Amino acid sequence: MKFAVVVFPGSNCDHDAYHAVAHVLGQDAAFVWHKDTSLAGADVVILPGGFAHGDYLRTGAIARFSPIMQEVRRFADAGGPVLGICNGFQVLLEAGLLPGAMLRNRGVQFQCEYVFVKVEQIDTPFTLACRPGQVLKVPIAHGEGNYFAEPDVVERLEQNRQVIFRYTTADGSPTADANPNGSVHNIAGLCSEGRNVVGLMPHPERACEVALGSADGLVVLESAVRSVTQGAFAAAR
Amino acid sequence: MRARVFVTLKPSVFDPQGTTVAEALHTLGYTAVRDVRQGKYFELEIDARSADEARRVAGEAAEKLLANPVIESYRIEIETTPAEKVAR
Repeated sequence: MKFAVVVFPGSNCDHDAYHAVAHVLGQDAAFVWHKDTSLAGADVVILPGGFAHGDYLRTGAIARFSPIMQEVRRFADAGGPVLGICNGFQVLLEAGLLPGAMLRNRGVQFQCEYVFVKVEQIDTPFTLACRPGQVLKVPIAHGEGNYFAEPDVVERLEQNRQVIFRYTTADGSPTADANPNGSVHNIAGLCSEGRNVVGLMPHPERACEVALGSADGLVVLESAVRSVTQGAFAAAR
Repeated sequence: MRARVFVTLKPSVFDPQGTTVAEALHTLGYTAVRDVRQGKYFELEIDARSADEARRVAGEAAEKLLANPVIESYRIEIETTPAEKVAR
């Protein structure tokens, strides 16, 4: 199976994602330039972290209009698994593929640290291999990860079980202290109504090898492999 | 014609930057400043025959790109140069 890693001008975690998928998991992977109009036959699409288009205007606001995003939207609408990591999550929000928006972190600091996130739902292509309620130690590195949506939207997300990752303590409690950026309901990651599009602020791809501090993130990418090989999530072609 | 577009966070949205600026102003002794909301300001030079046309173009630009309607609202002012006023 094949992963496509989209590269925007200013992406800087594209190689991290490629490394995790190609070298740690041994899967096929291809970089796809943002001006390309084809996803190169990929089974899974990753929008990586970074600062696409310099974060000008708003994070993800310009990247949303990159030519490849039309193809990403088509792939997502067809049920294909799409993972937006950090800046990639911000792009998915601006593109309207996931609801809500990001505000500057509550403390106005760029937060670069390990956090704990609890896997709230496992019926997505990126949490399929997790244990229910599993707590992952993964790094964050962002200035605008303060997730916001109007209260009625947040309520709908909770009812639909679209909150996939939540900032918690090491033992899985979603306390205010465990919330690094002020996100409403400690939301760290979401999925679409169709459950195939997932965005999260933490970086699972940077936590795939014990030598790098944590291998807890690997299960997110392993989930993608398993979901495609089992046929649980695939784009209709 | 020039369109001025002011983009601000909706009142219901917490503004961490504005709050931080307000705290800095208080530190400077400006205790009379009760609150600060930070926003963005754009000047668009638009080839348009009328102020209404310029307003329509600026409005579309704000809706599609300059503002994120999930968290922001916007206000538009149209300014015509003296030459444009004569031409009309």
